Amino acid sequence: MGLENIIAEALPEVLTTRLDSLINWARKSSLWPATFGLACCAIEMMNATSSRNDLARFGSEVFRASPRQADVMIVSGRVSRKMAPVLRRIYDQMPEPKWVISMGACATSGGVFDNYAIVQGVDKIVPVDVYIPGCPPRPEMLIHAVMMLQDKVMKESSRDRRDVPESEARTAMVPGTLPITDGSTALHNALPESRPYSIASRHERRRSS
Amino acid sequence: MSSTLNIPPQFEIVDRPLDTQMTISMGPQHPSTHGVLRLELVLDGEMVVKATPDIGYLHTGMEKLFEYKKYQQGIVITDRMDYLNPLGNNLAYVMAVEKLLELQIPERAQTIRVLMCELQRIASHLVWLGTHALDIGAMSVFFYCFREREKILNLIEAASGGRLTPSYFRIGGLMMDLPSGFERRVRQFQDAFLKSVDEFHTLLTGNRIFQNRTKGVGVITAEDAIDWGLSGPCLRGSGVDLDIRRTNPYTSYETYDFEVPVEQDCDVWARYMVRMREMKESHKIVAQALARLKPGPVKADAPKVVLPDREAMKTHMDALIHHFLIVAEGFDVPAGEVYHPIEASKGELGVYVKSDGGPKPSRVHFRGPSFVNLSALPHMSEGAMVADIVAIIGSLDIVLGEIDR
Amino acid sequence: MNSEKNLPELPNTPVNQRLTPSQLVTAFQREHPDWLTEIVEAHGEVTAIVPAGHIVEVCSELKGGAETKFDFLADICGADRGVEEEPRFEVNYHLFSTTKHHRLRIKVLVNEDDAHVPTVTGVWRTANWHERETFDLFGIVFDGHPDLRRILLPDDWQGHALRKDFPLRGYEPYSLK
Repeated sequence: MGLENIIAEALPEVLTTRLDSLINWARKSSLWPATFGLACCAIEMMNATSSRNDLARFGSEVFRASPRQADVMIVSGRVSRKMAPVLRRIYDQMPEPKWVISMGACATSGGVFDNYAIVQGVDKIVPVDVYIPGCPPRPEMLIHAVMMLQDKVMKESSRDRRDVPESEARTAMVPGTLPITDGSTALHNALPESRPYSIASRHERRRSS
Repeated sequence: MSSTLNIPPQFEIVDRPLDTQMTISMGPQHPSTHGVLRLELVLDGEMVVKATPDIGYLHTGMEKLFEYKKYQQGIVITDRMDYLNPLGNNLAYVMAVEKLLELQIPERAQTIRVLMCELQRIASHLVWLGTHALDIGAMSVFFYCFREREKILNLIEAASGGRLTPSYFRIGGLMMDLPSGFERRVRQFQDAFLKSVDEFHTLLTGNRIFQNRTKGVGVITAEDAIDWGLSGPCLRGSGVDLDIRRTNPYTSYETYDFEVPVEQDCDVWARYMVRMREMKESHKIVAQALARLKPGPVKADAPKVVLPDREAMKTHMDALIHHFLIVAEGFDVPAGEVYHPIEASKGELGVYVKSDGGPKPSRVHFRGPSFVNLSALPHMSEGAMVADIVAIIGSLDIVLGEIDR
Repeated sequence: MNSEKNLPELPNTPVNQRLTPSQLVTAFQREHPDWLTEIVEAHGEVTAIVPAGHIVEVCSELKGGAETKFDFLADICGADRGVEEEPRFEVNYHLFSTTKHHRLRIKVLVNEDDAHVPTVTGVWRTANWHERETFDLFGIVFDGHPDLRRILLPDDWQGHALRKDFPLRGYEPYSLK
């Protein structure tokens, strides 16, 4: 019909496609999650990888302990105020492209814990791509969420998600810097107030503007 | 002479001065800390000089939340505390409130409570075994454990409707009776389970790497264990024969025939063996509980406290009124305070409930066994290697939801 | 015949070795009248109210005593009795004996203006974290504690979360800034 047929006939070993489709196809086929088990949902997340609900069928069983090698952060469980800076730091450490699945009612909205200790929804800290309801969601729901994320990845352009070194990143305070608690907290208090706490990712900034 | 000169100077010093020590932060996002525990490790080379746990990364404010919820609403919160042993948490809380109300629980409900709690204990130990082995480096055990655990979760789901957060025990009895065919399904699980335990032993117990990683690691003597308040398998691994099911029996545990496994080695290996043997004991208790299940009521005869059956609510006016009052206003619990300890899968789980007389408690406090067991970690890890820390944490079987509450 | 009749009342018989906690505490009060101000029995549990100044002596005596042998500190928890109450706070120590298997609750009442209790970390090392938790959530200071700092909440947290006048949702919503 078009150009593809002519090329396919003339050069049978050549495949033509859009670059985005190829890259997205590669990305979605091996979404590596970061192990970010927080609470009850983490047990169901472990369950999703284990014998009965084999998440490996969908290419995302390789849970990476290091955020540097992970593509998707599954926030499984309630995020406390003490944990929130740590969570943001781990998100910042993940290289682009990166996605976030908010697993369970607590991560999504605070759940039953509407109180002083819990952040009412992890989307106050990091941009979330897929929300899973349930307390806790079943492993099948997590698998469904991963598949939904795969669909979403296919619709993206590879130019949207790139790591660009920003000039302000040099001066930014590292989010979630953990003070040495076994001594004094002077280090924690001495940091100047004017620095930005965290640098928004490119796609995050685009979303908010 | 020339060979000694080639050695760089820093390697000649064996006892390094204090400024060569290094402080590293392990966690809160670390696969081997079982959640969000953070450890500050002061290292000298590979040796741990000091380990300081830093907790609170999962602080949920549950104890505050209890004061704003009615008594029956609190059961839901207990599920999310020690999420590997939710039925144990339910039981502790429910029994504390029942103690304040002085309710008598029917025999069938008590038997079902024992049955479900022991199933849950097996499930909790299976998660411990899988993750403990995974931390030490044996991956396949994890899959075998979760395969067995899935069967128990199916049973719990059949009875309560929830896999992980059942809220099955209510104040004054159970949510509802067991579904039909439940006994048969439990027996199916029971028949296959002992063989699975042998499978775990084949996979892990004879493994020389596992033995070397666990024997003589994380030693705590019996005296220190009592002084540090350890309980459950951690205490019994130190040679102290103490089980609350024996010493302060509840839900008629005194009528069941079971052993309390005790090991004398005081190390990670001993705690491993205690839990492995405990699974078989729980299996025995489940069989006994199954044998004595007789038809009968599963809710106490206290219409002002216990929700009526669905059927009664639709046909009897007074049942409907009671249902409305319990749901809308709650029930008043007489003023007083109780502390009720039970033997959860991780140790002594104590619930302190203080009532002012209203429908909401004045103070609820949970003595989490993991909280206390973890506090002994600095003592156990003195002079250990970095890799041993992972083994010790695994042997303590901590759940951060219970530590931070 | 006479001895047979008196047997259960002899102090060294196995029957009498298992004194109930209330008997133990009553005997203890007879020994040290100013150490225990009140003994309450309810729901099968015994509560002994101890003035804050004597808590360490009472605990070490109960731990070491041949009859009492409360060698296991199960729990320490604070409680807020209400903003207007005086004394406002209480600290509950739940003791357990690993050999005699009996339990006892010791209660210390603390005023809001002078929320200080001597530490019992010298008696049981497990008291360390329990006291830190009570300090964190109630603001009760344990004098002589080796490492009294917040345990559950962040170091820069304002206020004490489990006090009755602390709002359930805290003072401000969470933000990273």
